[in-house]
Amino acid sequence: MPEKFELHSSIWKEEPEPDNPFVARRCLAHGYDVYGEVIRKSSWSEYILLLFLGQRPTASQVALFEKLAIALANPGPREASVRAAMNGGVGGSVDAASLIAALAVGAGQYGGAHEVYLLVEAWQRHGKKLSNWTEYLNDPNLDYNEDVWSRIEHPPGFDPHGVSCSTPTEQTLSFLAELMPGSYLEWLAQNQSVLESQCGLPLAMPAVAAAALSDLGLSSSQAIMVYMILRLPGAAVHALEQETLGWKKFPAYGPAIHLSDDPGAFPMPDVSRFEL
Amino acid sequence: MSLDDLKGAEGVLEGALGKAFLAERVVMRGRDLHQELGKKDWLSVYMYAITGREFTDNQIRYLNFMWIATSYPDVGIWPNQVTALAGSARSTPSLSLVAGLAVSEARLYGRKPDRRAMDFFYRAAEQMDNGKSLEQVIEEEVARRKVVFGYGRPLVRLDERVAHTLNVISELGLDGGRYFNLALDVHRYLKKTRGLSLNIAAISASTMADMGLSTEEYQLFLTLVFVAGMVPCYLDAKRRKEGTFFPVSCDGLAYSGPGERAW
Repeated sequence: MPEKFELHSSIWKEEPEPDNPFVARRCLAHGYDVYGEVIRKSSWSEYILLLFLGQRPTASQVALFEKLAIALANPGPREASVRAAMNGGVGGSVDAASLIAALAVGAGQYGGAHEVYLLVEAWQRHGKKLSNWTEYLNDPNLDYNEDVWSRIEHPPGFDPHGVSCSTPTEQTLSFLAELMPGSYLEWLAQNQSVLESQCGLPLAMPAVAAAALSDLGLSSSQAIMVYMILRLPGAAVHALEQETLGWKKFPAYGPAIHLSDDPGAFPMPDVSRFEL
Repeated sequence: MSLDDLKGAEGVLEGALGKAFLAERVVMRGRDLHQELGKKDWLSVYMYAITGREFTDNQIRYLNFMWIATSYPDVGIWPNQVTALAGSARSTPSLSLVAGLAVSEARLYGRKPDRRAMDFFYRAAEQMDNGKSLEQVIEEEVARRKVVFGYGRPLVRLDERVAHTLNVISELGLDGGRYFNLALDVHRYLKKTRGLSLNIAAISASTMADMGLSTEEYQLFLTLVFVAGMVPCYLDAKRRKEGTFFPVSCDGLAYSGPGERAW
C-alpha cells in the first residue's frame, strides 16, 4: 500500500472533479471560490491582496496596492535587476533565466528586496517614533548576526550616492501618502526632510515601497515577495526588447576593464600541425 | 559614498580581478588561465578564484571529498526535490539545477547554518584569546543565541558523513588545526552538559577555518556542493512520464483555513 503524503495550507482548498482526483473542480482561496465567483467580482489587486492578507482588502488598500504596482513596475534599464535581465535577453537566454537574473540581483540590499525587508522590520519595531528611527539609521547593523546577507552599507531607504531626492520618489511618496491618511507613508512624507538631514542622504524608492507595504499590512517576508513580483514587468519587457535590439546595441565593457595584476602575454602553443 | 563614486566608475573598471583578452589570453587574479592555471585541477582553480591562494594537495583532496560527501542523489532532500520537480515539469537542465542550488541558501540547512558555524568558531577563538574559558564562551553563546551552530541532537543516530569525514581528515593529516580541535572541545563540553553532538557543519566549518577561509569564502566554496547529487534527481524525473514525480491529488492537500464564504 503506497504511503499517503499531504501538503498543508490554510490558504488554498481544492475539490476534485468526479472523474479525476488530480484535477480540481473548485478552488477556494481563503474560503472564496476563485473560478466561480472571485474571477467575476474581484480585481487582480484585490485577489492578490486576499492571497497575502487572508481577507478581502479595503478599498484604500486596493488603491494603494495598484498605485504602488505602477510605481514599481519598471525601474528602467539602468537599474541593476533590469540590466541583469537584459543580459539574459541580449544572449538569447531562456526567458525564465532573464527573470531569475532579475530576481537574484533585485533581491539585494542596494535598492533591492532585502533593503525593503530591513525597512519593514524597522517599521514594525519603531513605528512612527522619530528618535527610534534616528538611532536605527545611524547604525542599521547594530543587531547584525552572521548571515548570507552581509551588513548593509548605507542607511536603508536612502540613496548612498544621491544628492537630492529624485522627482519620481518625491512624486510617488506624495501621491501614495494622500491615499492613506494616518499611514506610515504620511508619516514618512512629513518627516522626510528631518530624516534626510540626519542621514545626510536623500530618500529613495525602497523607503517609499517599504512604508507602503507596511501600510498594506504585509510582514517583512511578504514585503520581499510582493516587491520582487511587482518589479518583474520592467525586467521582462527590457529583456525581450534587448533580445530584439541585439548585441550591437548593448554595452561592450571589455576595453574599460583594467586589471590590478597582469602577468602579461604568454606565447600561444604551436598547433600548426592541425592546419587550422 | 557620494555622486563622485558613480561618476568615477561610469566608463571604467579599475583593479579588476580578472579579464578576458578575447582571441589572446585570459587572466584570473594575476594568473594566466590557460598557461598557468590550466595545469591545475578544477577544484584548485575554484579555490584560487575564491581566495587568490593556493592550497596543498591534501587540502584539495579533502575539499574534493567534501563535495563528494554531500552529493546525495535523493529526491526526498528539499533542494533535490526542486530539481526533480523541474525535471518532471520538463523545465531545462540549467534552470533545474540553478533552482535547486538557489534554495540551498537556507535557514534550516545549507548555507546559513554553515556560515554561522564558522562564525562561532572564529568568535570563540577570539574570546578565548582574550582570556575567557571555553565553558564561558559556550554558555554565553547558548544564553544569547539559544543554540551553538554545528551542534545538536541528530535526527538520525549519527550523520553518516561524520565518521567518513573524520577519517579522511585524519588520513590527510588535517586534524591538527586550532579550529578543528576547538570543534572537538566544544563537542565534548556540549555532550557532557546537554547531550548534544557535533554534526557535519561543525566539522566542515572548523576545518575550513583552519584553512583560513572567511565565512563568505566558505559559502562560495559550498554553493555548488549539492550539484552532483542533483543531476540524477533531474534525470530520474526526466526519464519518467511528465508530471509523475510524487503527484498530489486534491485530497492530498490538507486545508485548515476559513470555511467557504461569499465574495
